[in-house]
Amino acid sequence: MIELRNVHKKFGRHVVLDGVDFSVADGETVALLGPSGTGKSVLLKHIIGLMRPDIGDVIVDGESVPRLDRRQLAALRGRIGYAFQTGALFDSMTVYENIRLGITDDACYGDRDFCRRRVAECLHLVNLADDVGKLMPAELSGGMRKRVGIARAIAGRPKYLLYDEPTSGLDPVNADAMDALIERLQKELHATSVVVSHDVRGSFRVADRIALLHNGRIRAVGTAEEFMAAKDSVVREFLERDVQFATEG
Amino acid sequence: MDQLTTTSELPVPVNAARAVARPVLSALENVGRFGMMVVELVRALPEWRAWLPRTIEQCQHVGYGSLAIVMLTSAFAGGVTSFQAGYQFTGSIPLYLLGAVIAESIILELGPVMTGLLLAGRIGARYAAELGTMRVTEQIDALESLGRNPASHLLLPRVLAGLVMLPALVVVSDATGMVSGFLAAKQSIHITYADYAYGTQRFFRTFDLWYSVIKAEAFGAVVTLIPCYVGFEAQEGAEGVGRATTTAVVASCVLILLLDLVLAKLLL
Repeated sequence: MIELRNVHKKFGRHVVLDGVDFSVADGETVALLGPSGTGKSVLLKHIIGLMRPDIGDVIVDGESVPRLDRRQLAALRGRIGYAFQTGALFDSMTVYENIRLGITDDACYGDRDFCRRRVAECLHLVNLADDVGKLMPAELSGGMRKRVGIARAIAGRPKYLLYDEPTSGLDPVNADAMDALIERLQKELHATSVVVSHDVRGSFRVADRIALLHNGRIRAVGTAEEFMAAKDSVVREFLERDVQFATEG
Repeated sequence: MDQLTTTSELPVPVNAARAVARPVLSALENVGRFGMMVVELVRALPEWRAWLPRTIEQCQHVGYGSLAIVMLTSAFAGGVTSFQAGYQFTGSIPLYLLGAVIAESIILELGPVMTGLLLAGRIGARYAAELGTMRVTEQIDALESLGRNPASHLLLPRVLAGLVMLPALVVVSDATGMVSGFLAAKQSIHITYADYAYGTQRFFRTFDLWYSVIKAEAFGAVVTLIPCYVGFEAQEGAEGVGRATTTAVVASCVLILLLDLVLAKLLL
């Protein structure tokens, strides 16, 4: 289970998170929506311990993330897969080496045959051919980079999966393919997932529940149906803006 | 309605105090963060499976990659030292003393300092740009998210490569400078090998070589630790990486010259 309790975070004088309470049950997929710059990625980085809250607590798997020491945090991160917005692939390594680095169990990481099999499995899971493993990140398209980023995130068979804007920068066809991929991964891996996005349609498709981050707080949480029926003005405005954008597009 | 007090409305002494305090606090913060990085490097030493293969790779970049340019500049430096010594002292001192002047200049000063400054540009800029780019493109965050320690995977291999390879390069630089110094002196002032060798050996102390290597070790630490720190802490995209690279090279060069002075005072 992932739980954020009254999390506050500010950079200088700019308040990003202003008392966030948020939880994700085991096996559940929650989409975190909100306009750009509202702190969605910052919230995600708190879950994996890349940022510490100024006030409040982040509990993952029963452990308080800000209170973990270096080794405990490394062990926890071995159970979390994080797919970065731009892929964040190591550009001096091949795709194969990038995905191999996602195998967080040291014994497995040292077993070359295991690594070869696992990297091939991960490439298949994200619909990429085996020979992509030989390429360098600079030779990949934006969509392929995101897929390789996801392959690296799932290589260690994580219990938790965090997706940071998986469809941003993709054309509608590739965005749909990415949503289908996330849906399929949820079914095959049964991981507890948080998907950060500003794509309402895609979020409704992949998530069990949706949360809207607004002005540093969770404004609304609920299922897709509850969200569509919500009367809250901010939720309505956000949904209508997306529908309007889709219609215009 | 609350009145907002702007900086321009504050009394002059308060503004002056702020202007002084900000850079001082910023410098202290950097010293603290730098210290924490060094502590992290020491704590990463037991993770040798992560840093050893990467250190060997970095040693090739630092050592083999810099060999040609170090030998070339040392050859020029040895030649110029020889010509200048010949120009200043011919006729006033015995020729064999020129051998001593050339050899000591190269071993004590030119070899280590020139190699240090060269590597501050070649390796320091590279490290700061590499790590800065990795920081702003979230590659360092990605490494941490995989439970890997950036100190053992990225920083320690670079620092160790500098500490191992810079003294080796300085020894090569010393040897190259002395050979080219002799060849230039033979050409310009017609010194014999016997005179050159006699002068070199007459005033040579084993400590001179140690002094050269100690300086190289100190410069090796400077040209790796400073760029690693500055690159690792880079922010704000391409501009931040550019700023980190410039800062790394300038700070490394200034520190090399400062350390050169301090070590000369302490050890000679």
